[in-house]
Amino acid sequence: MGKAHVYRRDHINTDEIIPARYLNTDEEEELARHCMEDLDAGFVEKAGEGDVIVAGDDFGCGSSREHAVWAIRGAKVRTVIARSFARIFYRNAINCGFYLIESNEAVERINDGDEVEIDFEAGLIKDKTSGIEISFSPLPDFALEIIGDGGLLEHVKKEMQGN
Amino acid sequence: MAMTITEKILARAAGKQSVRSGELVDAAIDVVMCHDVTTPPAISMLIEKGIDRVFDAEKIVVTPDHFQPAKDVKSAELHRRLDEWARRHRIKHYYRLGRAGVCHALLPEQGHIRPGEVIVGGDSHTCTYGAFAAFSTGIGSTDLAAAIATGRLWFKVPASIKIVLKGSLGPGVYSKDVILAVIGRIGTDGALYRAMEFSGPALADMSMEARMTITNMAIEAGAKNGIIGFDDTTENYLNEHLRDNKDYTVYESDEDAEYAAIEEFDCCEIEPMVALPHLPSGGVPVGQCSGRRMDQAYIGSCTNGRIEDLRIAAGIMKGKKVAIRTLIVPATPTIWKQAKDEGLFDVFYDAECVVAAPTCGACLGGFMGVLAAGEKCVSTTNRNFVGRMGHPESEVYLASPATAAASAIEGKLADAREVV
Repeated sequence: MGKAHVYRRDHINTDEIIPARYLNTDEEEELARHCMEDLDAGFVEKAGEGDVIVAGDDFGCGSSREHAVWAIRGAKVRTVIARSFARIFYRNAINCGFYLIESNEAVERINDGDEVEIDFEAGLIKDKTSGIEISFSPLPDFALEIIGDGGLLEHVKKEMQGN
Repeated sequence: MAMTITEKILARAAGKQSVRSGELVDAAIDVVMCHDVTTPPAISMLIEKGIDRVFDAEKIVVTPDHFQPAKDVKSAELHRRLDEWARRHRIKHYYRLGRAGVCHALLPEQGHIRPGEVIVGGDSHTCTYGAFAAFSTGIGSTDLAAAIATGRLWFKVPASIKIVLKGSLGPGVYSKDVILAVIGRIGTDGALYRAMEFSGPALADMSMEARMTITNMAIEAGAKNGIIGFDDTTENYLNEHLRDNKDYTVYESDEDAEYAAIEEFDCCEIEPMVALPHLPSGGVPVGQCSGRRMDQAYIGSCTNGRIEDLRIAAGIMKGKKVAIRTLIVPATPTIWKQAKDEGLFDVFYDAECVVAAPTCGACLGGFMGVLAAGEKCVSTTNRNFVGRMGHPESEVYLASPATAAASAIEGKLADAREVV
């Protein structure tokens, strides 16, 4: 269970998630200290383990920097719920074994600060603050397979060893 | 079955007769582009997983560019990691300082891009190479690691949007204005997950440099790839630039191929455009924003740092002085030398601009021209997100080299056609 950080905005981009001035490192802990900095300078202070980010359309647009996923993961955020995701961000998250949720309803109904619990297997978001439950479609099978293997490289390694 | 050019290239790479949009394919990669920000983490991942290998040392092209020359100790460490890896694996096409350049200008110039191929790079603007009738897309570090080790990646075949560029460009209007007009209409997610296939008579008049400006920004509409068909202009460029391997296959879309949407633009009506902060889709004709005071002008990047762009800027600046800080950043050493040999540096010197070494630098707020709080920059780059070129309260206005040069002279956003 964690808190929802709701940004009812579209096109939250990789420059806002992790500004390029911090791309001179790829250490997750260091990146996490600047997570969402140019969108919400107070984010790191208020974010805690298991929290979720909720946003509008096209989350993660812009650069191919996987550092955006690492910064969010490093900040101990459990998942991002958005109406839609930009393509490279979505792909990077799956490849890292980081689960994303697409849901219009969640973006409309979850309020900032709500306590939410997510059952990934059942495809259910439980908003403990308002008492509502929102179901979501799980990721496609191939994505679940990659996440299940622990990310793309583990998946690739498994295939290499299988051959 | 009728297919688009994107589908045909992916079918070939997957060893299939045909593919359809939405289908997942496992494709062979022809070229992997590596730079200094996203490749070092990919290398670390490969080492950590015990699969530190390269699928083909001749098909990987390496150039540091984002923070090159190293801007601080941390970026120097990134360069060192890249350098050690490239040497250890004897990467054939490794461009070190002195030969290194902004990747998307460097690879075509050095003959690494061929039609019909599948190209991936650890950079979102890898879509640039689609100007050569190739499938080319940007990837993150984990994908990059997988591509380096195996030479294969999974792709979902994208549906295509056809962008038809009708008519011809008016005087003082450039391909940058066209792509800003296109993104202004369809939005930053108007082509999300899709291929943007550009066609139409206006392209026929454009050089490869001008076409690359268009495909470069396909990602700014959310596209997986941007692509332009092959013609005489493509062939002439390739004849001049391809070196070792001159073989390639030309694919073209079938006449009855299916498109998710078709968008037509009358290029005769496109004005010089400026994308206002903070999205690349914020394009308006320069007449609607001229007079807005600027603090800096930046002419460079993978979008508009090629020789043609520098010639356009010099043509406008000749005999004048700039009113604001102005940076000229030739994208590669070859472009730098060409500009010097053609006397463009004299024009820029006399105009009181600074000419820098090839780097991505300030385009992404890295170094060499970052902005202070409240400052405004007219820039020939591709992104104007919050904080993109520096302080989160600075502003970036995207425009063509002509508009940036005219605005540099005026100290405010200006229409190059009116600056005589």
